[in-house]
Amino acid sequence: MKRAVAVASVVALLAGAGTASGQTIAITNARIHTMAGPVIERGTVVIRDGYIAAVGAGVEVPAGARIIDAAGKVVTPGFIDSGTQLGLVEVGAVQGTVDSRVRDDRITAAFNPADGLDPQSSPVAVTRAEGITRAIVAPSPGASLIAGQAVLVDLGAETPMEMVRKSPAGMVAVLGERGSQLSGGARAAAILRLREVFEDVRDYMVNRRAFETASRREYSLSRLDLEALVPVARGEVPLILEVHRSSDILVALGLAKELRVRLVLAGVTEGWMVADEIAAAGVPVVINPLVNLPNSFQELGATLENAARLHAAGVTVAFASFDAHNSRNLKQAAGNAVAYGMPHDAALRAITVDAARVWGVDDRYGTIEVGKEADVVVWSGDPLELTTSVEHVIIRGREVSTDNRQKRLFERYRHIGGPMPTAYSN
Amino acid sequence: MHLRAWLWVLAAATTAGCASAASQTTSSAPSPRAEAAGTAEKASVFAADPFASTYQPLPSRTTLIRNATILTAAGPVLHNASLLMRDGRIVEVGTNVQAPADAVVIDATGKWVTPGVIDTHSHLGVYPAPGVDALADGNEMTAPNTAEVWAEHSVWPQDPQFALALAGGVTTMQILPGSANLFGGRGVTVKNVPARTVQEMKFPGAPHGLKMACGENPSRVYGSRGRSPMTGMGNVAGYREAWIRAQRYRDEWKRWAENGADPARMPQRNLQLETLAAVLEGEILVHNHCYRADELAVMVDLAKEFGYRISSFHHAVEAYKVRDILAREGICASMWADWWGFKMEAYDGILENIALVHEAGGCAIVHSDDASGIQRLNQEAAKVIRAAREAGMGIDYEDAIRWITINPAKALGIADRTGSLEPGKMADVVIWSGDPFSVYTRAEKVFIDGALVYDRNDPRLQPKSDFMVGNERKEVVS
Repeated sequence: MKRAVAVASVVALLAGAGTASGQTIAITNARIHTMAGPVIERGTVVIRDGYIAAVGAGVEVPAGARIIDAAGKVVTPGFIDSGTQLGLVEVGAVQGTVDSRVRDDRITAAFNPADGLDPQSSPVAVTRAEGITRAIVAPSPGASLIAGQAVLVDLGAETPMEMVRKSPAGMVAVLGERGSQLSGGARAAAILRLREVFEDVRDYMVNRRAFETASRREYSLSRLDLEALVPVARGEVPLILEVHRSSDILVALGLAKELRVRLVLAGVTEGWMVADEIAAAGVPVVINPLVNLPNSFQELGATLENAARLHAAGVTVAFASFDAHNSRNLKQAAGNAVAYGMPHDAALRAITVDAARVWGVDDRYGTIEVGKEADVVVWSGDPLELTTSVEHVIIRGREVSTDNRQKRLFERYRHIGGPMPTAYSN
Repeated sequence: MHLRAWLWVLAAATTAGCASAASQTTSSAPSPRAEAAGTAEKASVFAADPFASTYQPLPSRTTLIRNATILTAAGPVLHNASLLMRDGRIVEVGTNVQAPADAVVIDATGKWVTPGVIDTHSHLGVYPAPGVDALADGNEMTAPNTAEVWAEHSVWPQDPQFALALAGGVTTMQILPGSANLFGGRGVTVKNVPARTVQEMKFPGAPHGLKMACGENPSRVYGSRGRSPMTGMGNVAGYREAWIRAQRYRDEWKRWAENGADPARMPQRNLQLETLAAVLEGEILVHNHCYRADELAVMVDLAKEFGYRISSFHHAVEAYKVRDILAREGICASMWADWWGFKMEAYDGILENIALVHEAGGCAIVHSDDASGIQRLNQEAAKVIRAAREAGMGIDYEDAIRWITINPAKALGIADRTGSLEPGKMADVVIWSGDPFSVYTRAEKVFIDGALVYDRNDPRLQPKSDFMVGNERKEVVS
């Protein structure tokens, strides 16, 4: 009980971080995908103090509100990319700018990348300008098959502290070929290692005092890692297992049941082959719907229809770019999922409300409903279409700049050949 | 003696000398087989191809596609139009085409037709799926100059990614070696048809490419081994040194030909210099991986110093900064729509890059360099259309279609044969389910040389590589 209160207060603290704008914004005449009911063909969204104050067809515009006339435009919740390294990388091949992995295997479960986040990094601004307002930031596997903790971030924040909205949002581990590599060379060794880890964590949970006085057996993990895994063992934080081969997926489902942990599957290239089993287990999946290459023997079943088939089987699907610089292509990925059979609404859900559900924040985010945090995007048309533009991005009630380094470079080089070098412009 | 003329003396001499001991190591005559097919380019000894194309078009029928929206890549969009193909060629394109009695007629109401998509930069077959070490054959990272290697000798025709690219409308691609080296080796242009051998895929008569690379890759790979090139300046010294040797090699053969081409005095062949000499003769086209504006400009001057042409820069993430130079020099730029930031030389990537190169009058190309991206080059072009429109640039579909068809054909030296829908050209054609620049559109039918080689609605016309046989996956029943 005491622990639950502590966790709740941490979450509350994070949720309350930052200052929401006091401005009132009314987006009028819009086609609104609330993601909480039918599309409103011509409606108004009122945003006040960072939250949705009203939404509907007959909503009045409050006096003094800033009005965004969205006639002919489309409004959606801000999109969520459910797997990124946003804020942890500036230039992929420049080591000093990459903070998404550790090679010290004493602390990999305890590794929480939040302390390395930089909201000023250029991929954050570039992604935000494309209507993606929140992201799961996840560590990549380093030296251990438990990579560390994923956090949910807000892409409109000014400071690393304000950026983090839920921490941890999950504990990342990897099975399959990579898990095998990190466990001595066999898939089953990775499973064995996870069993050992959770046996130790559960033993530690009830023998903390003995552990502190060194009168308990040795554990396979450091104290920090044990601590970090306690909320996973309690089911408060999901275990995110990256896994691709259909047989590995089935083994992962069985393992989660055995270990009594809450599971999120990530990658899941062959998920469609065992979609019914995933659905029956009530386990959500995080996938990139563009993955269709038989890139390894664990991905022979890769297909562009993966998203559609998982959805049709009743699996909760969230989409991820699993990238930083290309996170903005999440919309293209969702559009392709539609081209290959997923209903348009389901593809939108996979980057809004269903993603919020997977990460346990659907009570405050992911739909345009009264009381929800106001992440709202105004689009020139269908948000999944390649030729659609982003017109306004509002994060937690505040319209954020869609300016970024790339746009500045374009402006600088829009006209060349003048008398003075481009270095004298903007 | 005119250069062309002495080359023919040379070709004759090497053919005649086949029995002599001196020519045991040479096999430079043009392949009789390719000549018989009437497709071989007349090539100098340097560009002779012992691994000649054995490509044969698949069976085709006279086909009329009608009621389509057609982007020809050679003019304005045609509405409610028809396209007639016969014997592998495009016969007629327009709004008033009669169906011959023997024609298969395809009603393409609501659908769009474009030329087959062409990718100047692919590693299919040399970096195949599955991406296992045993099949990763694309980068001969053993020396900074490996101009002697040919990508086609690494191509695994059973790479299942060829079929996926076909489903994305890709009919022709250049397969290049990787970019670790200053000179990575020869690239090969192939028709995207299922085949047992790479020769069966080789685009008849297409010139070879030479992969060159600027920037971070060569200096990183070799600098980390404590050898040259370790820096950008080391890169340029490496190119210059190689071109000096290539000039001397070419001149040595030229003198030999001019002095009677005595088989007993034939110079020693050198595969590395042979490739470079063929570039100097204009018979192999340079494809130059190069990101940064300043490096692009240096490579332009380097080419002038040694008298060769650069056909296309590749990646060219900063092409927009020197688009005036590229346009003036007539050098194409093969670019991504939006890749950026993965390394320092890609840091200044902008969404308008391709549109700016196009607007400046340059030859803009969307390339993939990627087995996933090659399946959606039309979508990549669409992203550029959006960026250009937001920037207020006048970019139309008629412009954008060129970036993935005729412009890449030009860079590969095959624009007289394919890349646009004009009478007499190869019937390399895609029927799309709708607007090709929509995310929801898919290639429905793909024709190569008039043959229907892919049909999304007919599983019998969806090629499958040997690798996937028995490896098909289906739902697991538990």
